[in-house]
Amino acid sequence: MRIRVRYRVVPALLLVAALVAGAACATRALAADETPSDADWQSWKANTNVTDTASLQRGARDFVAYCLGCHSLKYERWSRLGQDLKIPQALLVKDLIPPGETPAGYITSPMVESDAERWFGKAPPDLSLMARARDPDYLYQYLKTFYVDPDRATGANNMAFPQSAMPDIVSPLEGLKIAVYKTVATRGPDGKMVNEQVFDHFKQIAPGSMTPQQFDQFVHDLVNFLDYVGDPQQAMRQAMGVWVILFLLVFTWLAWLLKREFWKDVK
Amino acid sequence: MATTERGSELRTPGAPQPSGATPVAQKRGFWAWLNKRLPISEFIAEQMTGYYAPKNFNFWYFFGSLALLVLVLQIFTGIFLAMFYKPSAAHAFDSVQFIMREVDWGWLIRYMHSTGASAFFIVVYLHMFRGLMYGSYRQPRELLWVIGMLVYLALMAEAFMGYVLPWGNMSFWGAQVIVNIFGTVPAIGPGLVQWIRGDYGIADATLNRFFALHAAAVPIILLLLVLLHLVALHRTGSNNPDGVEIKEHPGHDGHPLDGIPFHPYYTVKDIVGVGVFFVAFALIVFYWPTVHGLFLEQPNFEPANALSTPAEIHPVWYFTPYYAILRAVPNKGMGALLMLLALVSLLVLPWLDRSPVKSIRYKGWISRLMLAVFAISFVGLGYLGLQPAEGLYVILARIFAICYFAFFWLMPFYSRIDRVKQVPERVVYHAH
Repeated sequence: MRIRVRYRVVPALLLVAALVAGAACATRALAADETPSDADWQSWKANTNVTDTASLQRGARDFVAYCLGCHSLKYERWSRLGQDLKIPQALLVKDLIPPGETPAGYITSPMVESDAERWFGKAPPDLSLMARARDPDYLYQYLKTFYVDPDRATGANNMAFPQSAMPDIVSPLEGLKIAVYKTVATRGPDGKMVNEQVFDHFKQIAPGSMTPQQFDQFVHDLVNFLDYVGDPQQAMRQAMGVWVILFLLVFTWLAWLLKREFWKDVK
Repeated sequence: MATTERGSELRTPGAPQPSGATPVAQKRGFWAWLNKRLPISEFIAEQMTGYYAPKNFNFWYFFGSLALLVLVLQIFTGIFLAMFYKPSAAHAFDSVQFIMREVDWGWLIRYMHSTGASAFFIVVYLHMFRGLMYGSYRQPRELLWVIGMLVYLALMAEAFMGYVLPWGNMSFWGAQVIVNIFGTVPAIGPGLVQWIRGDYGIADATLNRFFALHAAAVPIILLLLVLLHLVALHRTGSNNPDGVEIKEHPGHDGHPLDGIPFHPYYTVKDIVGVGVFFVAFALIVFYWPTVHGLFLEQPNFEPANALSTPAEIHPVWYFTPYYAILRAVPNKGMGALLMLLALVSLLVLPWLDRSPVKSIRYKGWISRLMLAVFAISFVGLGYLGLQPAEGLYVILARIFAICYFAFFWLMPFYSRIDRVKQVPERVVYHAH
C-alpha cells in the first residue's frame, strides 16, 4: 500500500517540473495586454518573447534602420544574428550589413566616439547587454515616454530617464507629444498642504507616420530584439532545459528505487 | 576441472585459502598488483565500506555530500572558464561575454559556475544549521567544527574574489567596499588596503592578483581544509539527529549497533540527494540564471566604471547578513569589529554550549527559541543587507544583530539553566 503511494509521487514530480518550467511563459501570457494609462507608465510591460522569430527579424531590421547610426551591438556578430534569426546570408548582406562590413564582423556603429561625445555630451552606450543591465520593461517604457521639452538641447525629454542625452529619434514615427501635468494637493513634510504638479497624461501635438498600434509594435519588436541580443542562446537554453530536467527526474527516480532496495536491510 | 586455470580458485566461493599467506599477496591480476603498491582496498575498507555512520540520518544530512559535489562542480567548470577568461581590466568583461556567446557551451559552463557559487552557500548554510540543531560541534567534534568554519572562511574569500573577476560594475564597486573594510584596521589600515589592491584603487593589478588567488591559492587551501574536515569526521564519527554517540554501543563485531556502512547505504542515499539537487540546479541554470538579480546582479552587465556608481552597492546575497551587521553600527571601525565578532562567535561555538545534551530534540524551550531567533535574525540580516541602509531597515538590522549575538554570548547561561529532556540510550529509528 505504502509503496504504491510512493510510486504515485513520480508523475506528480514530473508535473511539478513541467509546471515550473512553463511558469515563465505562463506569467508572460497572464500579463494582460490592455493599454494602461499614461500616468502608470512605470507599470508598462514589454512582454518580450524571444521565440517569436518574426518579431525579432522586424526588431533587427528596425535596429539597423534607427539605432545602428549611434549604438553598437559589439558582442554580436552579423553571422550569428542571421543564424539565430533565420535570415538567409544573401538577405543579410543585401539589406542589413552596412557596406564594407562582413558577416563575420561584429555589429558596430560607424559613429566615432569622440564625435558622439562632442555632439551629445556622452557617447551612446553599446546596447548588447542593455536589456540585462536594465530591464526589457524599462527599455520599452523609455522608448515610449519621450516628450517635447524646449528646455533641453535636444528639444526632448524622457519620463523613464529624465534628462536623457538621447534625442527623440522615434518622433518621426510616433509623432510629437507633450506631458500634461495636473495639480494635486498633498501634505508636505511640515504638515501643511501644498500643491504638487503630477504627471497625468501625454498629449499628441503632431502626428507621426505610424498609428499608436503600429508604434507600439515597433517598440515591442525592438525591445524583443534587444532582449534576444542580451542573451542570444536563451531560447535554445530554455528548449533544452526541459530534456535535461526530465533526464534528471528519471535518474533521481532510479536512484531512489536503488536506495529503497538497499535500505530494506536496515532495521 | 578449472583448478589449472590461473586464479580460478579465487573466483570460487568458499575455496580454502592456502595457510600462512594473506589473500592479497596470493591474488594476481591488475587489482592485486595495484594494491601491493597502493592501499586502495584498505582505503575503501576503512573509509567507505568500513566507515559506520548512524542509521538515523534525516533530510539535513544530505548537505555535506552536496557541498562536496558543488566543490567538484566549481573546480571542474572553473578550469574550463579559465581557458577563455582573461584576467585584465581591459579584457576581462569582454572575455566573459566571449565565453557566454561564442565559446561552445560556454554559457552553460559559466551559468553553472555562477549558479554553483550561490548553491555552494545555500548548501553550506544548511549544513551549518544542521550542526547547530543537532549539536554536531560538541565534544568530541570541536575540531571538526573549527575546521569546517575555516572551510567556510576560505569559501568566503574564494567567492568574493571570484565575484570580482567578471569586472562588471558591481564587481568593481563591491570590491571597493569590501577591500576598504580592511582600512579600519588600526594603524596599518590604509597601507594594508593599498597592499591588497596593489594600486591606489581597485585596478588591473587587483583583478590580476584576485584571479591568481581565486584560481590557484584559495582552491588549494580549500581542498586541504575539506580533506582535513573529512579526516576529522572519520576519526570522531558522525553525529546524528539524536546526538547519541553510536560508538558507545558496539555490537559483537566491534561495529556500532546503530551504525551502517557508509557504502553502500549512504552512497545510494546521497545519490538520490544529488539527483534532487541537480533538478533544482538545472531549473535555475536553464530558466532563471540571474534569480532576479540575486545570483547575477543587474549592474554587473555593465563593465566596471570608476566614474559611475551603481544606485545601490551591496555584496552578493551570501555576504549580506554580515554586511547588514557592518552597516548597523554608525562607526565604521566598530562595525567591522562586530562583523569579525559575528564570525568568531561561530568559530568558538563549541565552548559556549554548556547544555548536558547535544541535540535540539532534547534541549529545552529556551534553546529552541534562541535557535529559532538566530535563524530568523540571520535570514533577516541577509535580507536587510540587500536593502538601502536607512530608516526602519537600520533599526531592524540593529535588533537582528543583537539577537544574532545573544544566541551565542548568552548560550553559556541559557544552555545551562534550560530544562532538558531525557536522551534515549540508542538512536531513534523507524525502518522504512
